[in-house]
Amino acid sequence: MKIPRYTMQKIAFAIITTAAISVGIPLVLVIGYIVAQGIGALSWEFISAAPRNGMREGGIYPALVGTVWLTIGTAVTSIPLGVGAAIYLAEYAADNWFTRTIRLAIINLAGVPSVVYGLFGLGLFVIFLRFGMSILAGSLTLGIMTLPVIITTTEQALVAVPQSFRVVNASLGGTTWQGIRKVILPQALPGIMTGIILGLERAAGETAPILFTVAAFFLPRLPHSVFDQTMALPYHLFVISTQVPGMPIRIQYGTALVLMVFVLTMNLLATLIRRYYRRRRQW
Amino acid sequence: MEIPAVPKEVDWREFAVEQLIRLMGVSAIGLVLLIFLFLIKEGGPALLEVPLSNLMGQRWYPTFDIYGLAPLILGSLLVTAGAIAISLPLGVATAVFIGEIAPEWVREILKPVIEIIAGIPSVVVGFIGLQIVSPLVREFTGAPTGLTALTGVFLLAYMALPTIISIAEDALDAVPQSYRNAAYALSATEWQTIWRVVLPAARPGIITAVMLGVGRAIGETMTVMMVAGNAARMPLGLDALLRPVRTMTATIAAEMGEVARGSTHYHVLFVVGLALFIVTFAINLAAAMTIFRRERGGGGRFLA
Repeated sequence: MKIPRYTMQKIAFAIITTAAISVGIPLVLVIGYIVAQGIGALSWEFISAAPRNGMREGGIYPALVGTVWLTIGTAVTSIPLGVGAAIYLAEYAADNWFTRTIRLAIINLAGVPSVVYGLFGLGLFVIFLRFGMSILAGSLTLGIMTLPVIITTTEQALVAVPQSFRVVNASLGGTTWQGIRKVILPQALPGIMTGIILGLERAAGETAPILFTVAAFFLPRLPHSVFDQTMALPYHLFVISTQVPGMPIRIQYGTALVLMVFVLTMNLLATLIRRYYRRRRQW
Repeated sequence: MEIPAVPKEVDWREFAVEQLIRLMGVSAIGLVLLIFLFLIKEGGPALLEVPLSNLMGQRWYPTFDIYGLAPLILGSLLVTAGAIAISLPLGVATAVFIGEIAPEWVREILKPVIEIIAGIPSVVVGFIGLQIVSPLVREFTGAPTGLTALTGVFLLAYMALPTIISIAEDALDAVPQSYRNAAYALSATEWQTIWRVVLPAARPGIITAVMLGVGRAIGETMTVMMVAGNAARMPLGLDALLRPVRTMTATIAAEMGEVARGSTHYHVLFVVGLALFIVTFAINLAAAMTIFRRERGGGGRFLA
């Protein structure tokens, strides 16, 4: 028997719709569950005090501060290099084998597993350059890991600026660099910021690259300089959910909630910037 | 000394800026080489110290200087293959939904949702795995522990989804509208058009999506380390999915913190990292080639 083709279409669309919904539902459930379980742990003390009693009491302040420092360090190391490389690809590079090699390198950088970045950071920054386990070593490792995201999103933003802007710049006697600095970059800025925030969001949540380069198991004081180790939120969540017996479940969910809020706020920020400027854009 | 004329000064600065920016662009190649170099530098000694027959063995007991990589490699393959088996149909179906079926407002909701899934830290996914998924797996399979390869497979599948969905959707989007119009003109239904015309036309892009999904799953570390049980045994036999398994990534992450720097064990862990680097390099190279073939010069947009 042959199934009538419009019946077939209904069946197929039903299956596909179910599949799409089943992708979204776990996310909603998981976020809802973390919020419901973790909200009770939140208090001023939780985000402003150091862990006590083998991390089973107190707060997560040093880990929160550590993650903020690492995110800033990642931004400092990856933004100039990433935006520079994107400007080269979008505005200067010719379409030849050399440029294609650079693109291949970027694609491969994006695919290197995060734990391998950790090994690389350990070998180069911690041991060879003798930075030791430090915020400096961790930021550089996370920064290199974030580069491909920043390069590709920035390049897209630059390429999206209409060619006529460049033509007008040249016709007014502007040099290539003057055009980039005064015309192209300002026009592409919202897109670049969106990409940077998404890249930093990923870096802020990463654990594997900081395992051997910066993260401290337990360090209840704040770092004094970039050569200090620090606690970090993702690693702290890993530690208290797998390494500490008798850990109160409330604190685990509370830590997961703070990490999620940290990361999703950045995500929301990126989305809002994109929405706002897309509506305002004249071209 | 003569003060240089204004246009000349601009020229000089223009030149300096251009060289600096070129250098930044080239640095990407330098970084890939640098990563490779340091993995070889730190992993190389192991290849001299440990006989190849030892590395090819089936047992991983670093305490007794037994460094068989087979259980780790097979562990990585098992969870990766399992994850892709789930996320490929689910991801392509979702991409078809977003690209071909869903009304505009549903699309506007689903796209940020997928971006958020991509942004969840893997340690949070692992935590949810421990708290929610692993008890469910134990309940439904009757396995003695919920920390099994299957638990890892479920979570990795979810983590590979955003990659597969976004690239598959780009591939569907790249199929010319005229193909669809031609099918409709032959009175094909929407579904027949999708199944017989659009999907086959988008196949190279979907294969790319799968490759990058594999790269994502095989390199994932924290989640598998937290939920897959970490027993370095050969994952053979029918019940391998219901037993604990240890991947290459989890081995590095779990053991590197405890080894003495410069020991044989330390160097072998770098060899594991080198193997991961080479595998993902090959996967990404192959994926990039198919992208380059389709749109010359571009390809970057598949990464963000």
